[in-house]
Amino acid sequence: MFKKDLTPSPKQKLKSSIQRQLRNSLLAGYPLLAPYIDEVLPKKASLCQVKLPDRASLYVLDTPGSPPLFYQHENGAPLLPHLKLVHRFPRAFPTIRIDRGAIRFVLSGATLMAPGLTSPGGRLPEPRDGQEEGVDGEGHWSRELKKGEPVVIMAEGKEEACAVGVLVAGTEEVKKNGKGPVVEDAHFLGDGLWKLTLD
Amino acid sequence: MADVEPQVTTEPAEPQSRHVVYCGVCTLPPEYCEYGGTVKKCQEWLQKNHPDMYQRIWSQEALEAATSSLSLEAQKRAEKDAKKKAAKAEAAEKKEADKIAHSIVTIKRIERNKRKYVTAVSGLEAFGLDLKKVAKDFGKKFATGSSVTKVPSGGEEIVVQGDVSDEIEEFLLEKYKDIPEDNIELVDDKKAKKAAAAAAGGG
Repeated sequence: MFKKDLTPSPKQKLKSSIQRQLRNSLLAGYPLLAPYIDEVLPKKASLCQVKLPDRASLYVLDTPGSPPLFYQHENGAPLLPHLKLVHRFPRAFPTIRIDRGAIRFVLSGATLMAPGLTSPGGRLPEPRDGQEEGVDGEGHWSRELKKGEPVVIMAEGKEEACAVGVLVAGTEEVKKNGKGPVVEDAHFLGDGLWKLTLD
Repeated sequence: MADVEPQVTTEPAEPQSRHVVYCGVCTLPPEYCEYGGTVKKCQEWLQKNHPDMYQRIWSQEALEAATSSLSLEAQKRAEKDAKKKAAKAEAAEKKEADKIAHSIVTIKRIERNKRKYVTAVSGLEAFGLDLKKVAKDFGKKFATGSSVTKVPSGGEEIVVQGDVSDEIEEFLLEKYKDIPEDNIELVDDKKAKKAAAAAAGGG
């Protein structure tokens, strides 16, 4: 999606009603973000939109120098966290993990394929009962994720996340089939969106 | 006192965000530097700025642990890939440096009317500057009109009203450090303009 470098366009301030709407959809999409929401979107600061090519848009705070928060492919598509936000609040988003061999492909923009997740180094969610949602010590998410859900991609042996995307196959399906694409068009470390600087 | 107070007011009861260190060379988190193509430089940077992290990421044990999980063939492939990427990044950097070394900024003083001048600046785009923004800055700095105009030979230049060629040179050197002084060229266009005018008038 953002393989090429982007040129920043001017920020546009959003109406407060739209800001409220975004805030609500964030909370609905990422329930685990709730404890942090006031830090992500402080009540006083206002939200700005930066338009990107292909009808995508990026949301940032009005305060200069603040890191980007969320992006969206088109209106109505799920909000996805920018990787810098994921790094700040790693526990607020559902994750899967890829093995070491897959990292370099993901970081050059390849589609994430199932074998990178099903191998010993990868981690797919393992449902647990009666526990709160979150990661266990091994890096398994506590709930099966469905097709179309946003997911953060961690990497074997690394602390920080390396990509963010939308699942094109549910995690259950991935476990069953063990092949085929899992996340397409992800936002990864070092892509155009990552390198985008706003002034 | 002064730096204690704001902390009290801004510290909520909620969990705080983490602060993540990013590599100053390739902007990725340092543990991903090995995929960036500028590994050498990243290592140097990390060693200088965050020695503790350098120890953790690039120590012998860490590297061994990292490669042991891959098959031999995959290791070889990854290595080859990394080399190729590094070479590519290096080549791109060299090309960029070359371009900067060879491009010249021309500041031209053009006589508009006996004692009135305009100053045209061309060649700034080679240094990766946004002409529109620089023009705005000139206008602000010298309190004159300043605009980006197309030149007949293709490309664009900045035209500033008034004779400010020396000031522009100073300003450029001070503000944009990556323009070397030797690459700035001052030209006085008085005669050429006159000759051209004469030629036009004669013809």
